[in-house]
Amino acid sequence: MIQALVFYLFATVTVLSAVMVVTSRNPVHSVLFLILAFFNAAALFLLMGAEFIAMMLVVVYVGAVAVLFLFVVMMLDINFTALRQGFQTYLPIGLLIGVVLFVEILISLGAWSIGPEMIAAASAPTPAPADVSNTKAIGKLLYTQYVLLFQISGLILLVAMIGAIVLTLRQRPGVLRQTISEQVSRRPADVVSLVDVNKGEGV
Amino acid sequence: MMTTTLPVMMPAMAEIFLAAAGMALLMYGVFTQRDGQSEGTAWGTIVAMLVAAGLVIIYGGPVAGEPAFYGQFATGHFTQFAKVLILVGAAVAVWMSVRYMRAESSNRFEFPVLVLFATIGMLVMVSANDLIALYMGIELQSLSLYVIASIRRDSLRATEAGLKYFVLGAVSSGMLLYACSLIYGFSGTTQFAGLATVLTGEATPLGLIVGLVFLISGLAFKISAVPFHMWTPDVYEGAPTPVTALFAVAPKIAAVCLILRTMMGPFGGLIADWQQVITLISIASMVLGAIAAIQQTNLKRLMAYSSIGHMGFALVGVAAGNQAGAQAVLIYMAIYLFMNVGTFAVILSMRKEGRYVENIADLAGLNKSHPLMALAMLIFMFSMAGIPPLAGFFSKWYVFFAAIEAGLFGLAVIGVLASVVGAFYYIRIIKVMYFDEAEAPLDSKISREMRIIMGFTAVVSLLFFILPAPVVDQAAAAAQTLFTN
Repeated sequence: MIQALVFYLFATVTVLSAVMVVTSRNPVHSVLFLILAFFNAAALFLLMGAEFIAMMLVVVYVGAVAVLFLFVVMMLDINFTALRQGFQTYLPIGLLIGVVLFVEILISLGAWSIGPEMIAAASAPTPAPADVSNTKAIGKLLYTQYVLLFQISGLILLVAMIGAIVLTLRQRPGVLRQTISEQVSRRPADVVSLVDVNKGEGV
Repeated sequence: MMTTTLPVMMPAMAEIFLAAAGMALLMYGVFTQRDGQSEGTAWGTIVAMLVAAGLVIIYGGPVAGEPAFYGQFATGHFTQFAKVLILVGAAVAVWMSVRYMRAESSNRFEFPVLVLFATIGMLVMVSANDLIALYMGIELQSLSLYVIASIRRDSLRATEAGLKYFVLGAVSSGMLLYACSLIYGFSGTTQFAGLATVLTGEATPLGLIVGLVFLISGLAFKISAVPFHMWTPDVYEGAPTPVTALFAVAPKIAAVCLILRTMMGPFGGLIADWQQVITLISIASMVLGAIAAIQQTNLKRLMAYSSIGHMGFALVGVAAGNQAGAQAVLIYMAIYLFMNVGTFAVILSMRKEGRYVENIADLAGLNKSHPLMALAMLIFMFSMAGIPPLAGFFSKWYVFFAAIEAGLFGLAVIGVLASVVGAFYYIRIIKVMYFDEAEAPLDSKISREMRIIMGFTAVVSLLFFILPAPVVDQAAAAAQTLFTN
């Protein structure tokens, strides 16, 4: 009973804040509502007993992605009213496609059935939830059963890093950088010169 | 305590080697880069790809006993065939890029390294034996290609191409993931072997069919089949020409082989469900590729529509859904590789006063200024149009023959008709080369590597019919492994 109430509480807030993300006029408000939606989704995961995913959602999405969004929104001069210009004209067709997709999902999920042989084929044998916490369960599988996928995701992240550098890093001439070794190896004789200045005259 | 044993890794030797080589070359590039000198990494990349091709031949064969990486990584004659094609295509694309990048003063050492990582992604795609591995491979490949497309970041067209490719690619990735989650939800497994046992074609849940259609859509985007082709002409035109050459060859081979393996393997039992979808996509691609190419004036855009058409023909073999079809697709991709690499070598040799040009009109009078190059282009164009006895005729012949064997007469007839329409624009190029007068001739100097590539691919396209056995037999052996397990 209490669980159901809590579920509906978090679910309602998630949906409402998701709607606010799209509709609010101020982009900073949108991002803040997005963070609220992430938090409530994390709470929903907690209710399902997936505490690891819940924490990841908070750490990754709230901690990194949403903050990055906030930076982008505040740092870049994006004209959001201009971006919204087509909203009214595209609304009917977008709504139509959304409704069609939604109905399709309903129909296909309504026919959800899973045969006994499909359950037997479940790829990774999952331990009983009571025996092991799900962080431990993921840890056991991630570096053993799924080591190939883990390594490939490492490569993907490397490519993302290279890509970001390739596309944005510029070697600007005339930028002053601190080179400590140069600073330390400076000798007074190289840079200091003593000049006799006569009274009443400049250097 | 759980026992820990290392997974079987030897079959993935080529991929592991390439990943290590990629990181080493990255380090080499970072520490030795001087103003725009990337030749070292480019040559290193080419050598690494050729070594990897050797490793694929030695280690990438069928595995006895424990499957590689707990059954997530499939190897065999099929993957060997596809991987060698991909590695050769990527290596040649890098080779063609060296001089171009230097001339356009946009040579960055990251470019060959990114091509290398994209190639690893393609190899993983071909070997993927699990829906997650499939997605990972596609993502590694695509992410590298998005960056490569806009590697000339100061050019407006290149950045637009990269952005367009990225946004549409992200949408298709979303469709793929949605498909994977639906398939997983309705079958209880992501492994191909498990899917093959579960999906027998009887009492298939509706959601699984929806997932399958989404999966086909996501994959069709990667091979730019109609109606997921919109990005292709813009990306081909906007990207630097050697990059376009890469796009036209290696990722297409990888994605077609992936579609072939996915459809024949885990979804083999659902052939009645996917055959109609593939047939529709195939017809649309052939027809659009043939008709839309007619009014193009830019050679790279023309090649984009040509590749859309070619993907349609390759899908005819997939739609056949039998062993002959699989063999035909592999032969098609091998010949496609040669024809395309040759054509792009010609495009990359088109310069006027040191600047690269890419319009069809610039080819005018090629016969007078460069008779041999005109002859090579003539061979490529006739081959692409499918005129006997050139290689392109046989690739189409095998594909249509497989379709007829599978009883898809309508598809074969439409294919032949589209091929006739498509012949028009290939022959128009020949007309421009041989009969039009040039206002200003192309530069006379053609670099050595372009002459080698053009000559070799032209000879292969011309004389394929004398000695087709190496390709045809290997493709037959490869296609057989697809149906025995």
